[in-house]
Amino acid sequence: MNNFTYSTATDTRSALKLFSESPDRKARFLAGGTNLIDLMREGIEQPRSLVDITRVPLAEVQELPGGDLRVGAMVRNSHLAAHALVREKYPLLSQAILMGASAQLRNMATTGGNLMQRTRCYYFYDGAAACNKRVPGSGCDAIEGFNRIHAILGTSPKCIATHPSDMCVALAALDANVNITGPSGDRRLAFTDFHRLPGDTPEIDTNLQPGELITSVDLPASSSGLPSAYRKVRDRASYAFALVSVAAALKVEDGIIREVRLALGGVSHKPWRASVAEDLLRGKAPTPDNFARAAAAELAPAIPRRGNTFKVELGKRTIALVLSDLAAVQGAER
Amino acid sequence: MNISQDEFKNISLHVNGVERVLAIEPRLSLLDALRDHLGLPGTKKGCNQGACGACTVLVDGERINSCLALAIQYQGREIVTIEGLAPSGVLHAMQQAFIEHDGFQCGYCTPGQICSALGMLNEFRNGVPSAVTPNSGVSTELTDAELRERMSGNLCRCGAYVGIRDAIHQVYRATAP
Repeated sequence: MNNFTYSTATDTRSALKLFSESPDRKARFLAGGTNLIDLMREGIEQPRSLVDITRVPLAEVQELPGGDLRVGAMVRNSHLAAHALVREKYPLLSQAILMGASAQLRNMATTGGNLMQRTRCYYFYDGAAACNKRVPGSGCDAIEGFNRIHAILGTSPKCIATHPSDMCVALAALDANVNITGPSGDRRLAFTDFHRLPGDTPEIDTNLQPGELITSVDLPASSSGLPSAYRKVRDRASYAFALVSVAAALKVEDGIIREVRLALGGVSHKPWRASVAEDLLRGKAPTPDNFARAAAAELAPAIPRRGNTFKVELGKRTIALVLSDLAAVQGAER
Repeated sequence: MNISQDEFKNISLHVNGVERVLAIEPRLSLLDALRDHLGLPGTKKGCNQGACGACTVLVDGERINSCLALAIQYQGREIVTIEGLAPSGVLHAMQQAFIEHDGFQCGYCTPGQICSALGMLNEFRNGVPSAVTPNSGVSTELTDAELRERMSGNLCRCGAYVGIRDAIHQVYRATAP
């Protein structure tokens, strides 16, 4: 690992100040370290300075006056998944977190850090391979290479990497918002606008600007209490990244779908909000045919590669299965 | 705390009940600090990338992967390693159970398995859910499914999983409230 200057921030103001004072203004904020330290050891990330934000007091989960739930950026994944209000109001989020990583990693990893995870593409991690995300303009060895784990939706000729998070798939389905502070003040991004598609600049994962810091994630009251489920398909039953995952919420009343939220993991450069399928299902009957049609429409623009053609069918079936299960528990399927 | 590049600085870590001072560069991992600087080689380096769990230690009672932790971040925290479980030479109940149930073959993953198992039992008894816990409420019984899911962060390439499982079950039952 290259050496670096290390400093500790005590609050968001000092974190921003330490960033602005870093030699090349390219300091990285260090929280749980579960991804960044690994990337630094592999030489993929070589920051010259780290600003440790683990002592910044953002580790609270609090209910806001309007009923939203605010999750501080430094709340550990394990604490968030176990939090009584999260389990009661947003069980989808708790489930998704618990299906990611291992207990040890969840005890270290933070909410903000989970959003900032980088891809697990083998070629991104391999300094001898061509990777536009690691070295812009160098090419992409994944497109013609071993691409079983790679993306099928929203890809570009420059990059077919996936975003590895489970938690973020749930946050995309729950209409969460990301609160950010930075040199030019505070701002707020819809969760689905936080991560980017690769396009021509796959080296840029998110819309966070240099020097900006995630302070919290808000879960809206409107997403609270919806019947929901997270289904993750992977190569082993625990402690593996998703091949395909589905975060879904479905509310059926009088035989009609009143509310549907659907997001996919393991298929794109960002947590994929399946709005095509949602639009087709809202106001319709919760039938297996309707679920299958909506899933097929969502996956229609998929561009599979040699190793991951299976993800198209797997995605369709997993969506249909999760939605059918959610309809069935509401006694709504006919 | 501010350390410049290439500077060594004294930090202090609270390990197994003792305050230890060591001169480090900021890039030193907690794992390397324990093994190479503090003479505590019981904690093992397996993958060194957070995938195998051999480096698991307890920090303030919670299990973490010490290979992905910078030592400098863990000042002021209560760190317990495998050496801290038997300070007077009398084996901890979990160590004894691993022996009785053949919970290892080569033994390399064992310190991590044991520290992880102790952290896991704490989590379970504190009502921390796992991916197989029913959505509402808590699991009251440590079933095989719960135990396997909760220990999935510790790999054993010899495949001593059955013995590991039995050892943890035994300690769980013996320490039931």
